[in-house]
Amino acid sequence: MDLLTVENLTVTLATGSGEAQAVRNLSFNVGRGEILGVAGESGSGKTMTALSMLGLLPYKGKATGSIKFDGKEILTSTKREYRDLRGKEIAMIFQDPMTSLHPMLTVEVQLTEHLRHHRKVSKSAARNSALELLATVKIPEPAAALRAHPSQFSGGMRQRIAIAMALACEPKLLIADEPTTALDVTVQAGILKLLHQLRKDRNLSVMVITHDLGVLSSLTDRIMIMYAGSEVESGLTSDLLRNPRHPYTKGLIAALPGNSEGNSKKLLSIDGMPPELGNFPPGCAFHTRCKYAEESCKKITPEILNLTPTHRIFCPVNPFSELSNSGIKS
Amino acid sequence: MKEILSINDVVVEYNRHGLKVRAVAGVDLTLNSGEILGLVGESGCGKSTLGKAIVGILSPVTGEVVFDGKKVKKLTRGKRPSHLRNLQMVFQDPYGSLNPRRKIGIQIADGLIVAGASKKLALLKAEDLLEKVGLPRNAVGRFPHQFSGGQRQRISIARALAASPTVIIADEPISALDTSSQAQVANLLVNLVDEFDMGMVFISHDLSIVRRISDRVAVMYLGKIVEVGTVDQIWNNPSHPYTRALISAIPHADGTSFMPQDLPGDVPNPMNPPSGCRFHPRCPLAKEECRGEEPELRRLADGRDVACVLQTAGSQPVTITLN
Repeated sequence: MDLLTVENLTVTLATGSGEAQAVRNLSFNVGRGEILGVAGESGSGKTMTALSMLGLLPYKGKATGSIKFDGKEILTSTKREYRDLRGKEIAMIFQDPMTSLHPMLTVEVQLTEHLRHHRKVSKSAARNSALELLATVKIPEPAAALRAHPSQFSGGMRQRIAIAMALACEPKLLIADEPTTALDVTVQAGILKLLHQLRKDRNLSVMVITHDLGVLSSLTDRIMIMYAGSEVESGLTSDLLRNPRHPYTKGLIAALPGNSEGNSKKLLSIDGMPPELGNFPPGCAFHTRCKYAEESCKKITPEILNLTPTHRIFCPVNPFSELSNSGIKS
Repeated sequence: MKEILSINDVVVEYNRHGLKVRAVAGVDLTLNSGEILGLVGESGCGKSTLGKAIVGILSPVTGEVVFDGKKVKKLTRGKRPSHLRNLQMVFQDPYGSLNPRRKIGIQIADGLIVAGASKKLALLKAEDLLEKVGLPRNAVGRFPHQFSGGQRQRISIARALAASPTVIIADEPISALDTSSQAQVANLLVNLVDEFDMGMVFISHDLSIVRRISDRVAVMYLGKIVEVGTVDQIWNNPSHPYTRALISAIPHADGTSFMPQDLPGDVPNPMNPPSGCRFHPRCPLAKEECRGEEPELRRLADGRDVACVLQTAGSQPVTITLN
């Protein structure tokens, strides 16, 4: 049984002009010890998906559907149940480690807080676990680091501290929202290695949210691509990146600087812009920017098209079908 | 090709609690018209500071920036010398660089009005410029919040274009943008450089985009240039261990399980730079002599400049492999 199973998740947010759906009918799962990547541009609903799993949706945000974690429905949890879940079962790290750590508190206070709350351990026991955690995330001189404040560390070290905090209560699932976007590539590579190591050592499941396909390629087992609140394609990392089948995925991959043809300075780009919240086009939301769009795409919401047992797209046109084995309609 | 900008031994210092922090520690670079020079390095290496010193937002302690044959002086509240009008800058954050309470049109027209155009004419020209950067003409009457990040960056570019620049310093112009917009804005900049035969310094931490759009690349570490060469030289055969480390750290989005190499340690504090070669504490190939004397930039046989003891002036570059 998978650790996380999300079915027909729809997230509705309150905007200035009424309600708008930020996530639409999303279904996916994360296996035990699996690293799933969720990619998409800003506004594609990837962060809202993560927040709905933690009961952290913004004011007046509503989630419907089903989220099963470890066999238990969590979408209907009360505030108290969510509080027991967060940090203990599901932990999250954010893009900017400067804003997710408290600038005025020492690392020790922030690292032991979870343990003291969830595990009710003594101060000295919590301190010992904190030292171990810092060693796990490879912070040099853990004892000195405990006494320091976040501002005394560089961005990469702060992100390691944030990861240590997230791991404090040994969660089963770690959600990492753009964990390396604010970091230099040289430091990013270190964080990617660390996440790999943690998965191996602790059988940790990780859901990584990022728009960086390079990061996903070296980190994940599977990738789900989102556009305008819905899944457009998902598959094993190697299949999806080498043989993308949805026009949007194809466009994203072609736009990578390394993939433009020859020595031309020109980058390939997808014309137009992703739609804004509350203004998603009907039918297939991507039809306004898609050069393969047919008349029906403007009206009919695409259904799942299973290409292989692990690779699926939401595109009835399936314009690249002749490139590989033909699709099997579900 | 004409040399339009030359940076001669520029040193820029900040005052921090009474102590001098040398953010740029002696940089020499040149830029030709019609050329894109990529300037890359980790955060804290001084690349943005150098960009600001080039346009005169900061003034160098020693050294000078010569633009179109004349020295760049520090910007003051007073009138900017007219010959410097053609030296413009585009900033990273399109949310911070536009005034949220003024309409787009007038913000673009400002530069033209200062240059002596009437307001009416300037606003008309602003419409042309918006069209040039791919926005509708009627955008002049709208406010910055009505645009997405990519569109705002186009507006910032239009505003820089208002002064008919011959050189643009673009400081991380696409790193705050979405994937779709990144390629579009990068293409726009490349087209503009071609069309107006401008020179551009493209400051970025993202070597993969710099590699695609630049003609030459300068790699900066802790206030100094460690290697300058053509894109081909830098990307395919880097001759400085730091350049090699930067390239090896880039993940490949090819679906293979390629693992990028990290570079342990952080950029040292510029208040207290290491002795000798500034990179030696993090360099996997450092030798004893690297602690002693700081290597100067030396020209190799293929025309590139590099500051590393492993390379010999006038010879072909020695291939650098890290473990």
